[in-house]
Amino acid sequence: MSEKKENRVIVTVLGQDRVGIIASVATIIADAGANILDISQTIMQGEIFSMIMVIDMAVATISYDQLRATLEQKGNELGVQIMAQHEDVFKFMHRI
Amino acid sequence: MPLSITTQEILETIRMVQMENLDIRTITMGISLRDCCRTDAKATAQAIYNKVTRTAKNLVPVGEEIERRYGIPIINKRISVTPIALVAESMGLEGYTIVARALDEAAKEVGVNFIGGYSALVHKGMTPGDKALIDSLPEALSTTDRVCASVNVATTKAGINMDAVALMGRVVKAAAEASADRDGLACAKLVVFCNVPEDNPFMAGAFHGIGEPECVINVGVSGPGVVLNAVRKDPHCDFGTLASAIKHTAFKITRMGELVGRAASESLGVPFGIVDLSLAPTPAIGDSVADILEAMGLERCGTHGTTAALAMLNDAVKKGGAMASSYVGGLSGAFIPVSEDAGMIAAVEVGALTLDKLEAMTCVCSVGLDMIAVPGDTPAETLSAIIADEAAIGMINRKTTAVRVIPVPGKKVGDHVEFGGLLGHAPVMPVHNFSSSAFISRGGRIPAPLQALNN
Repeated sequence: MSEKKENRVIVTVLGQDRVGIIASVATIIADAGANILDISQTIMQGEIFSMIMVIDMAVATISYDQLRATLEQKGNELGVQIMAQHEDVFKFMHRI
Repeated sequence: MPLSITTQEILETIRMVQMENLDIRTITMGISLRDCCRTDAKATAQAIYNKVTRTAKNLVPVGEEIERRYGIPIINKRISVTPIALVAESMGLEGYTIVARALDEAAKEVGVNFIGGYSALVHKGMTPGDKALIDSLPEALSTTDRVCASVNVATTKAGINMDAVALMGRVVKAAAEASADRDGLACAKLVVFCNVPEDNPFMAGAFHGIGEPECVINVGVSGPGVVLNAVRKDPHCDFGTLASAIKHTAFKITRMGELVGRAASESLGVPFGIVDLSLAPTPAIGDSVADILEAMGLERCGTHGTTAALAMLNDAVKKGGAMASSYVGGLSGAFIPVSEDAGMIAAVEVGALTLDKLEAMTCVCSVGLDMIAVPGDTPAETLSAIIADEAAIGMINRKTTAVRVIPVPGKKVGDHVEFGGLLGHAPVMPVHNFSSSAFISRGGRIPAPLQALNN
């Protein structure tokens, strides 16, 4: 349904802070040919790393499923949780 | 382009899914089988199998794709069909069993865990086909795995068909006996209704009503865990504030159902029917309706105040949910299936929650006595009387009520029954030992109440 319009995906990273999380995730997204539109990153309660990226997959070279799987795998390597979800899920829940 | 959603909102959604068990309980595809009627049972069964497998071929893959796209679990993909008594009317008793097996095989072929609609509507009387379907239930349900059955015995407009009520008491008992080796599991797939809705996506009572289109997608949401968290946030607020918090949460939960329904409808090329607002619990810890009632300030679910708490909870869920979806339907009431709700089970075990209190809860918004294990030696007339009481509540209050009880063969009060999976486990609950048999043996029909005369 979303392919016709902009294909925006929200990538969320949550977990213990460590060196290189942003670089790893950004590299995967760049390799996928997806464009990062927005990024917000904080350390919650002094230790929990939280990053939210909005990416556009309109011209991506791999499928959403492939990107999702690659990110999940990287999350396991880094010991953090990485999720990719279509933007609509948040729009629908919080906006009318 | 800037992000129009705040970080807090994104994290809230993720928390709901990851920590509070927010999920879509079911995407149910309704399929009309009215064009599958043939001159003999085998040809009818084949036509049904062909149509179901063809129409629902993509249901499970599309459901899984939507889960991945939005990161929201969709627990069940299911099918409901035209009440089989309408399709197989002329088949006779043996023919019905053949049709039941065809439905079972079709469900397995397309990968859905339940197929509902092995049903008859007999609130005013029975045709020979209705009678044959009802007589076939013990065998059909004990020899198939995924077929779900329902029988509507009463409506506000027609009254209560007490002959059917008497018969269903015996059928429930026979279905339990026929599946005695699995603790009467067949009864977990059989619901007796009053005022049954035609677009209910939830099993075991789903069927594709006669006013429905050729094919339709209905969605049932879940989310007791999310509501529980909202209730716990402010333990001392007054009821107006509490209702408002529940409404906001219900809105968000229902939006997920609306999103998934629209996406499934578009991907499958099938019209979107309704979102059912019922808060459906699961046996998972924290995914319990009883826990919400207790978080509202009751020491145990089932104590005095439970009915009021449930009424308030469900009304707030409806108000929030109705604003979130263009089409609300189905049951849209409180589900309190005892075996499927850890808090309900605990309340029964400590003696706080009884059958009588559960019945009182159905007067306000619960849709019935659901997944209740009773002693195996409960007389059929007592089961019928339980059904009659529920039907009376539904008839007078113009609402849906239902009974799904399991008289577990060989088990007595205090014993435990394990059904497995989403069906959970249940302590065997006591029923009244005083007889209702003379009442049930009267037969005939309880006339429609004054409430029916609203033209």
